[in-house]
Amino acid sequence: MKKENIIFSNLYGKHDESIKGAIKRGDWKDIKKILKLNKQDLINKIKDSGLRGRGGAGFSTGMKWDFMPKISGRQHYLVINADEGEPGTCKDRDIIRNEPHKLVEGCLISGYAIGADKCYIYIRGEFYNEAKILQKAIDDAYERGFLGKNIQGLKINFDIYIHYGSGAYVCGEETALIESLEGKKGQPRLKPPFPANVGVFGKPTTVNNVETIAVVPTIIRRGPEWFSSLGRKNNTGSKIFCISGNVNRPCNVEEELGVPLKYLVQKYAGDVIGGWDNLLAIIPGGSSVPLLPKSECENVLMDFDSLKNAGSGLGTGGIIVMNKQTDVVSAIARLAEFYKHESCGQCTPCREGTGWLMRVMKRLENNECTFEEVQMLEEVTHQIEGHTICALGDAAAWPIQGLLKHFKRDILKRIQKKNVA
Amino acid sequence: MSTSKFKIIAEETIQPLAFNFNSENLARAKKIIKMYPSNFKESSIMPLLSIAQSQNHGWLPKKAIEYVSNFIEVPEIKVLEIATFYSMYNLSPVGKFHIEVCTTTPCMLRGSDSMIDLCKKKFGLKIGEITEDGLFSLGRVECLGACVNAPVVKINENYYEDLDSESLNKLLDSLKMNKKVKVGPQSKRKGSEPVK
Repeated sequence: MKKENIIFSNLYGKHDESIKGAIKRGDWKDIKKILKLNKQDLINKIKDSGLRGRGGAGFSTGMKWDFMPKISGRQHYLVINADEGEPGTCKDRDIIRNEPHKLVEGCLISGYAIGADKCYIYIRGEFYNEAKILQKAIDDAYERGFLGKNIQGLKINFDIYIHYGSGAYVCGEETALIESLEGKKGQPRLKPPFPANVGVFGKPTTVNNVETIAVVPTIIRRGPEWFSSLGRKNNTGSKIFCISGNVNRPCNVEEELGVPLKYLVQKYAGDVIGGWDNLLAIIPGGSSVPLLPKSECENVLMDFDSLKNAGSGLGTGGIIVMNKQTDVVSAIARLAEFYKHESCGQCTPCREGTGWLMRVMKRLENNECTFEEVQMLEEVTHQIEGHTICALGDAAAWPIQGLLKHFKRDILKRIQKKNVA
Repeated sequence: MSTSKFKIIAEETIQPLAFNFNSENLARAKKIIKMYPSNFKESSIMPLLSIAQSQNHGWLPKKAIEYVSNFIEVPEIKVLEIATFYSMYNLSPVGKFHIEVCTTTPCMLRGSDSMIDLCKKKFGLKIGEITEDGLFSLGRVECLGACVNAPVVKINENYYEDLDSESLNKLLDSLKMNKKVKVGPQSKRKGSEPVK
């Protein structure tokens, strides 16, 4: 990716993250001019850019904004999802601590576009130090007249509050996040009504991911055509990828969507430990998407549609690499434990199912399973998938489905070997 | 649902007899309440519990839950429900240094199990226990969201990243001796950049 197209130039925190440094890098430039634009024009610009939500689902951001009621005079809310907790993902953390002004400015512009004058940033409680940096950025923006009442002498008011989460993965689901913001247990709501009609405090609400909002100011400044010239058709723009696991140099990196997975791993992360041929499998989009075996990783492109066609998903862009020294069954068993821990307990298939999956995966890891149990394991994942209010049930099912799809033969061989012995 | 031992409500003998916000936290609490619409008092439960927990050395006694419920005039059961649902609230005492080791897959792939073993051996602790001198307690947590800096350990509010057995051991020794420690990556890098 060309250097001049990089949005997060301070991703690694090598420069000054304060308001002075941010302004020097171009943040807050001509903000008054942007706020004088028509609201619908702003929404259309984001639509034209092709920006798709960076939190996992990949829904069109412009379209989501357009769902907000257009009647003025009613309280609207913008809520930022900074409850980053998808295993393999650590991009929002870098934005919050190193580019906080991109997020704060994004909140103002996006909030103005959807007619909101209040914004809550729901940040996971563990990001205590990061939230302190963000609060400082918000305070500085108030001081400079970028937030508060009559911003830049215009008839625009905007307030941003930080709300700390307290350790619940499920609150990354937008309606669970809204429940949590209202001081309840983080248990997802049935939809409809959608948050755009009845959201937080019963008012129209848009919930967006940190990365989605943080790229908005740059899109508006450089134009939707610029953004859509990056990446591929229907998968436009750049994205922060997090490369973790068995690689020589784990790192975060911003690249265009549609970049080949192999290129990402080799160029930025210094290749798989033991070389590319030592690769076993990669989870390409955070723990909730099915893994891809090495054969699929050779040519797959990192974007929403390519990964969907390959039987996985882009999710959050968290790439978890596993080499041949890894027992893939125990890696997935650990994820099953994660989902069991994080199930909110509301829907029976998920509450009971995740525990069942975890126990059987543990048995599989210890090679205590029979052939029939492997069959049953697959059936149970399908009984959970699609039968719960939120996607946590699906997310618990998919990693195991991916494992069985690509490694069933190895698993059955393992059981057979034990039976013979 | 969380199964951590620190989520079990502490015995009566160690429950303090009273809890009140100190003057600094009282001012913070009053500010927090104003963040939310006046008819949604429950929204303040989470931030107020967090403040109460940090004032009370990392855990929430029953009196703190009662205090928060009185403070914002919501039923105590609603506050207790939040305190038990969210995994970051501890309902029984933790050490002066509460060690939480991330063990989810990205950390596991980079050796988080040996980080747990090291802590267990070093202090003679099991998960969910606290040393006799009250200095250290050990917990296992799910993804801390710093996967490219794995393995990661959270001690109180700070992350310690890019660990190995040697650096974790050194870190724990320094904490024990009250020496100043470097927060963040224990390797040469600053953040999430690839090391050259």
